[in-house]
Amino acid sequence: MTQDRIHLTIDGISTQVSPGTTILKAALQLGIDIPTICYHDYCTANALCRICVVEVKGARVLVPACTATVQENMEVSTTSERVQRARRTILEMLYATVDLSEAPEIEAMAEAYGVNRDRFPGAELRHVPLIDDNPMYIRDYTKCVLCWRCVQVCAEDAQYTYAINFKGRGYETQISTFYEVPMPESTCVFCGQCIGVCPTGALKFKRQHLLEVGYALEDILQMTRSERSGRRRRAERSA
Amino acid sequence: MSQSTPPSFESTLSSLAPQGRTALLPALHAAQEAYGYISDQVAAQIGRALGVPLAEVFGVIEFYTLLHRQPVGEVFLHVCNDPACALAGADTVFKQIVFQTAEAAVGEAGAPAVRVEKSACLGLCDHAPAVLVQSLPAKASPAQTWQELVAATATRPLTYVDGDVRLLTALCGRHTTVRLEEYRQHQGYQAFEQALKQSPASIIESVKQSGLVGRGGAAFPTGLKWESAAQAPGSPKYVVCNADEAEPGAFKDRVLMEDNPHAIIEGMLIAAYAIGASKGYLYIRGEYLLPYRVMKAAVEEAQAGGWLGERILGSDFSFEIEIRRGAGAYICGEETALFESIEGKRGFPRLKPPYPTTHGLFGKPTVINNVETLANIPLILRLGVEAYRRLGTPQSPGPKLFCLSGDVNRPGLYEVPLGVPLRHLIEDLGQGIRHGNKFQAALIGGAAGAFATPQHLDVPLSFEGLRAAGIPLGAGVVTVFDSHRDLRDAFYRLARFFAEESCGKCYPCQMGTQRQLEIMERVLHGKPLPSDWERLQDVGWTMTDASICGLGQTAASAILSAMQHWPDLFRPPRELQ
Repeated sequence: MTQDRIHLTIDGISTQVSPGTTILKAALQLGIDIPTICYHDYCTANALCRICVVEVKGARVLVPACTATVQENMEVSTTSERVQRARRTILEMLYATVDLSEAPEIEAMAEAYGVNRDRFPGAELRHVPLIDDNPMYIRDYTKCVLCWRCVQVCAEDAQYTYAINFKGRGYETQISTFYEVPMPESTCVFCGQCIGVCPTGALKFKRQHLLEVGYALEDILQMTRSERSGRRRRAERSA
Repeated sequence: MSQSTPPSFESTLSSLAPQGRTALLPALHAAQEAYGYISDQVAAQIGRALGVPLAEVFGVIEFYTLLHRQPVGEVFLHVCNDPACALAGADTVFKQIVFQTAEAAVGEAGAPAVRVEKSACLGLCDHAPAVLVQSLPAKASPAQTWQELVAATATRPLTYVDGDVRLLTALCGRHTTVRLEEYRQHQGYQAFEQALKQSPASIIESVKQSGLVGRGGAAFPTGLKWESAAQAPGSPKYVVCNADEAEPGAFKDRVLMEDNPHAIIEGMLIAAYAIGASKGYLYIRGEYLLPYRVMKAAVEEAQAGGWLGERILGSDFSFEIEIRRGAGAYICGEETALFESIEGKRGFPRLKPPYPTTHGLFGKPTVINNVETLANIPLILRLGVEAYRRLGTPQSPGPKLFCLSGDVNRPGLYEVPLGVPLRHLIEDLGQGIRHGNKFQAALIGGAAGAFATPQHLDVPLSFEGLRAAGIPLGAGVVTVFDSHRDLRDAFYRLARFFAEESCGKCYPCQMGTQRQLEIMERVLHGKPLPSDWERLQDVGWTMTDASICGLGQTAASAILSAMQHWPDLFRPPRELQ
C-alpha cells in the first residue's frame, strides 16, 4: 500500500517508510547512523541531549531525530555544517562539564567528530563528591550527563518507585532523592534498573566499585551488608 | 526540627487536596507563607495530600528560586541585578545592605535576621535600582538602610505612562487601580457583551482581520492561534493568560495588571467565548505579589458583578478564572513550561510539536496569550477592525507598549502606534539621554533581544522594520546605554542571567549558558583568550540552533549581536595594536 508510505530523502538518498517513523529509525533503515546519548530504546525519548539533531530543509532550527517523525517530501541532512558544529560543540562542552572516562560510546563519538576535549580552558567542571550510602550501588555524579534515564526507569518507564528526581536547576542540576536522604531511607527498592541504563558509569554496582578501588573478589564476598555500605574503605582512604 | 502546624495551613492543604498534583505550587506557597520555609516534614505532608511522589515534590521545590527548603531570614530583600538596575547602582545598594546587616548581626542582640539576595529582573526597571522587600517593590538608593527600604514599600512606586496614543493605557498611569464600576463607565465589558451577540467564528475572523500578533515576544498571529484551538478536537479547552513577565527590562504587563485589570479579564472572556473554553488560568510570576493581589481582587469583583461564573449575562456561556503564582523561574514564561508549572511539575519546556492549540494545558486544546495581547482584544472589538488597523503599519497594525529604561531622562511605559522610529521613543518620549550624554546603544527585546547602535536610531519600531535590521521587537523592551557605559558589564549580566535561568533540560542551553558566562567573565575583565571569539560563536550558534525552547534559542542572541557591533571588545587587546 504505497499511499501509506512516507517519501523522504536523507542525505540525498530517497526512501520510503511507514508514517510515524522517527527520523532516527528511518535513517537506520538506510544504514545511516545518527549518534545519540540520552536516547534509549526502552525509555521515553525526551530529545534533550540534542546530539541527534539533523537539518530539515525549511525548518528554522535543527530537529531532534529521536523524536521528530518523518513527513512527506522531507529533506533531511544528517551531516550538514550546522549539524556538525552543534554535535561537536555539545560534545566539547560535555568534556568541560563531566568526567567521561567511563563513557566509551561518547568517547567514540568524540573521535568521530574530531572533538577537542580541552576546548574550554578554565571551565568549571561539575564536580560532586561520590555518594556511597547503601550496600548495592554507588552514585558518582561527577560522571552524570543528566540523560534522565535513571529518573525515568525509577518512575513511569519501568519501576514506579519514584525514589529519585532532581536537585537544583540549569548547570547545577543533580539527580537526588527527597531532601537528599540516603538511598535506604528513600523509596528505592534496589531493583538496579537505573544502573542498567546509566551510560557513563555514574551509577555502578557496589561490587564493581569495590573491585575498582582495590578489593579482591573474595574479600567482597565475605563482607557483611553493613560492611559494604556507607563507610569509607581503607583503599579509598589511602588513595 | 518539628514544626507545630497551625490550622490555617492544614485547612488550606485539605481544601487543595481534591485538585491533586496541579495544586502543588499553591500548596508550597501556602506552606512557605505559614512557616517561612518548607521543611522535609511539610513537603512530605503535601506530597501525601496531593498524591505526588516525594522525590518529585522535592524536585519542584528545588526548581523555583522563591521556594526555600531551609529557614530564611525574617526580612527578605531581593536586589535586582540586571542591566537597567545595574546602570542605576544596584551593586552598591546590594553591598550597602550586606554591610549594614553584617554589622547589625555582630552589634545587636535580637536583631531580625535579614537576608539579602541578588535577583533577576524584578520588572521595576523604571524605578531602578529596584528592590523587593518581603515581595513588595521599592526604589532604592545607595544611601538607604534596609529599615528605610521596608518603610518605603508602604507606597508602591508609580510608573510614568505616556505615549502618542493612549488606548491600551487609557486608564493607566493615574496611580489608581480601575475598579469594576469605573471600568464600566469607560465602555468596559462592552466588547464582551457585543461578542456574546456574535458567533465565535466571527470573533475569530475579526481578530484575524485585525492583524494582531502576540505581544509576549514570539509575534505569532493571535487569530490563527484562536482558530486552531477552536477547531481542535477535545475538551475541555483552556484559555491561559501568560503574566509571567520576566524578560529583563519588561514591566508593561505589570502596569496593565496593576492599573487596569478588568481589560485583561475581558480579553480572556472574549478568547474563551471564541474558542469554547469554560476555564481560564492567569499565571503570574512569583515576584509580582502586588499585581497578583490586584488581579485577584478584580477577578472577585468580576465574579460578584456577574462577569465571570455560570451562564454569564443569561447566555449559555460560562467561564471562570483561576490565578496561579509562579515561584521564581524565567523559563515558566515559555508557554509549555508554564503549563508544566500549572500542572505541578518542574518548569521544563516540552517538545514542540505538538503545539498548545491541540495539546496544551493538561494535554487539552489551549490558547495561551500574553497580557498585552489580551488587552488588545476588547480594543479591537470596540474600535472595529478598520479603525484598529489604521494604527501602526500595514504589516504591524495596532498600538504597542514599550518599556523604556536605562540612561534616559524619563524612563517609563510608552504607548505608540507600531512603526515610529526608535529615535522618537528615546529622544521625544523619553526626553533624551541623561546628563546630556550621547546615545551609545540600546538593548531591544530584553535579554533575548539584540543591541541597536546609533545607526539604528531611525529604524521603525515595527515587527518588519526591526527584523530588517536584524533586531527582534520581542516584548517591547528598550534599555538605553549612554556613551560612558562599559557595555561589557551588560553583556556579562545577560550571560549570567541565562546561566541562572536555564532549566537544565537540554544540553546546548544547560552547558552553553555556563560556558558563555565563563567566556564573558574573561571579556568583562578585558582578558579574552585569542580563541574565545570562535568559542563564543560555536557555543552561541549551537544554543540557537539546537536548544529545545525559546530560552536556549535566544540565550546568545544579544551577545552575538554585540559581537557584530563591537568585535574589538571580544578580542584580546594585543590584537588591536
